[in-house]
Parts: sequence; structure tokens; C-alpha cells
Amino acid sequence: MRSGVIAQKVGMTRVFTETGEHIPVTVLKLGNCQVLGHRTTEKNGYVALQLGSGARKTVYMPKAERGQFAVAKVEPKRKVAEFRVSEDALIPVGAEIQADHFVVGQFVDVTGTSIGKGFAGGMKRWNFGGLRATHGVSISHRSIGSTGGRQDPGKTWKNKKMPGHMGVDRITTLNLRVVSTDVERGLILVEGAVPGSKGGWISVRDAIKKPLPKEAPKPGKFKVAGGEGAEAAAETEGA
Amino acid sequence: MNLIQQLEKEQFDKLAATKTIPEFGPGDTVIVNVKVVEGERTRVQAYEGVCIGRSGQGLNESFTVRKISYGEGVERVFPVMSPMIDSIKVVRRGKVRRAKLYYLRSLRGKSARIVEKQDRQTAVGE
Repeated sequence: MRSGVIAQKVGMTRVFTETGEHIPVTVLKLGNCQVLGHRTTEKNGYVALQLGSGARKTVYMPKAERGQFAVAKVEPKRKVAEFRVSEDALIPVGAEIQADHFVVGQFVDVTGTSIGKGFAGGMKRWNFGGLRATHGVSISHRSIGSTGGRQDPGKTWKNKKMPGHMGVDRITTLNLRVVSTDVERGLILVEGAVPGSKGGWISVRDAIKKPLPKEAPKPGKFKVAGGEGAEAAAETEGA
Repeated sequence: MNLIQQLEKEQFDKLAATKTIPEFGPGDTVIVNVKVVEGERTRVQAYEGVCIGRSGQGLNESFTVRKISYGEGVERVFPVMSPMIDSIKVVRRGKVRRAKLYYLRSLRGKSARIVEKQDRQTAVGE
């Protein structure tokens, strides 16, 4: 199992293909996505990579947190997240994951925080039908209607779908196709919509319900920080 | 310029380099040569009608062409930058006072005609 990456949603646009179709795509940007640490079986009981992305000012940062970045010898990151990986897919600490970590044509799962909708009624939140427009219905055209039985069961069942807060949920969208990648600018273009607003943090992983293409770099495509030989190291390890 | 605009501009320039799109607007009669894929081979099919409006801009610009086909009004929307468009030819320039000619939808026959635009400047020059 390879690592995923942390990206930032830039927005949506379209891409015209050579065959003439146009594909709606979401542009995701990798903001210097680096490995901050490892989680190992001996120490933590599971294997994972801790990644960080985005620049952050150190002025308002607690010293304890600053120390954690100092151990990894990386710039402080705005967003930190862990990705479960298999033991052979560990990437060295400090390495920066590149956009071509994902192969064009492969499928990915993306996770983000959906846009907040506030307190929403049953029609918007659960796709209820609402009441009729005429035939004596007054004031309650968008109400939810009945919420339960009569004397038996004599209560409203738990988990009854009702109005309430909607949005700001963690949403995962499965199987979005990677349309193209841009290593220089750190861009990944995926087909279709991605949950969340522009500028929101998105985690991108290999699709769990589709086979990983054979040409996908293992353990990943990354650049080791610090001068020459870095690219080569990534190449050999990637192959 | 933000990243999305930049990406769109790059793609626009790339597509614009491969073709020339004549200047045309609402009221103009145009022939759009559309590439049609039939199984293995592709051929070009002409679609002639009145352009009743353009919308969007840059890469996302599209235009609507209306024609009467066997007594039935047909409208097709084409993205200006679509690779499916082989070429566009302007047949006739129309004199109209609106950007969107949706009023043509409720008109038939004689009243649905558009007066041809007389380009005085070129007439004087010649």
C-alpha cells in the first residue's frame, strides 16, 4: 500500500482531449508535501507515514510543535496528516513527494471537508419530498411530515432523519481518474468534483477499489532534500 | 492571474494555435464543420444556421447556432475551442440589436429573417 499525499484544492476547469471531448477537472496543488516522520510496528503498533504540507509562520507556534518539525529537519507545515502504508512503502523523512507520484489514468480516492450548509431542512439535507404546493397545505410546504407511528411504538425512532446541521463533514469520493500531472508546479488534475471549498485541504490516495497500475512508482515518486543526487536517488528507489 | 486562469490560458493558446476562428457574432449565418466519428473513420459534417448568441469567455466560450430543419427548429451549442470543430465559415453578417436572439424561437418564416449588415466602411474603400 503506497502513501497518499496532502493537496490543496485550487478550483475547477475543463480539459479538451484530442478526441474532442472535454473533461471537467478539479485542480489539486501539492504545497511542498514532505515526510515528517514514520510510525512503525515496534514503536507505534502500526505502520504509517506522517506528511505535512503548506507553509506556516513560526511566530505563533508552540515550542513543542516547533521541536517536532526540528527533529524531521523540515520547515513547519500548515497541515499534518498520517497515511497508513505497508512496510516496504516507507519514504525517508524529509523527502518531498512529487505530483507524478500518481500515474495519468489511475484512479484515486480523495477526502476533504465539505462546504458548510448551516442548519438545513429535511428537503435539502435528506432529499425529502416536502408537502404539496396546494390542496390545503398551509405554511408547511417544505416540512418533513410524519416522524413516526401512533400509540405503538409511541415514540420517534432514534436516528430519524430530521433537519439539522449540514456540511463541514469529512467526505471521501472514490475512484476519480487522474487526467494529468504537472511536476514543476506540483499539480494533479482529477476528473470530476472534489469535496470542499477552494483552498481546502484534500488527501489523495490510490483507489482502494481499483487495481493500482503496474507503472505506478513504488514506494513513491519523491525528491530527497539537499542538493545533487537527490533526483537520482528518487529515480532508483522509484523504479 | 490565478492558477486556474493561467491553466485555461495555456490551453486556450495551444488550441488557438491549431486553428483560425473567424470573427462572428449573434445574427451572423455560419457554417460549422463538425467532425463526426463513425466507427473507425471520422468525417466532416456541415451545420449551417444563424448564430443566436455567444456566452462565456476564453476557453469556456460557446455559441449557439439555430436552424430550421424539416420545419423543426434545431439549436446546437458548440464550445468555440472544441477540437470537434473542423472550421467555422461566416456566410452572411446580420444586423441585429441584441446579444442573444432568443426571440427567434417564437418566430417562423418571414418574420424570422435577419437583415443583412451593410458594412459601409469597406464599401467606401472599394
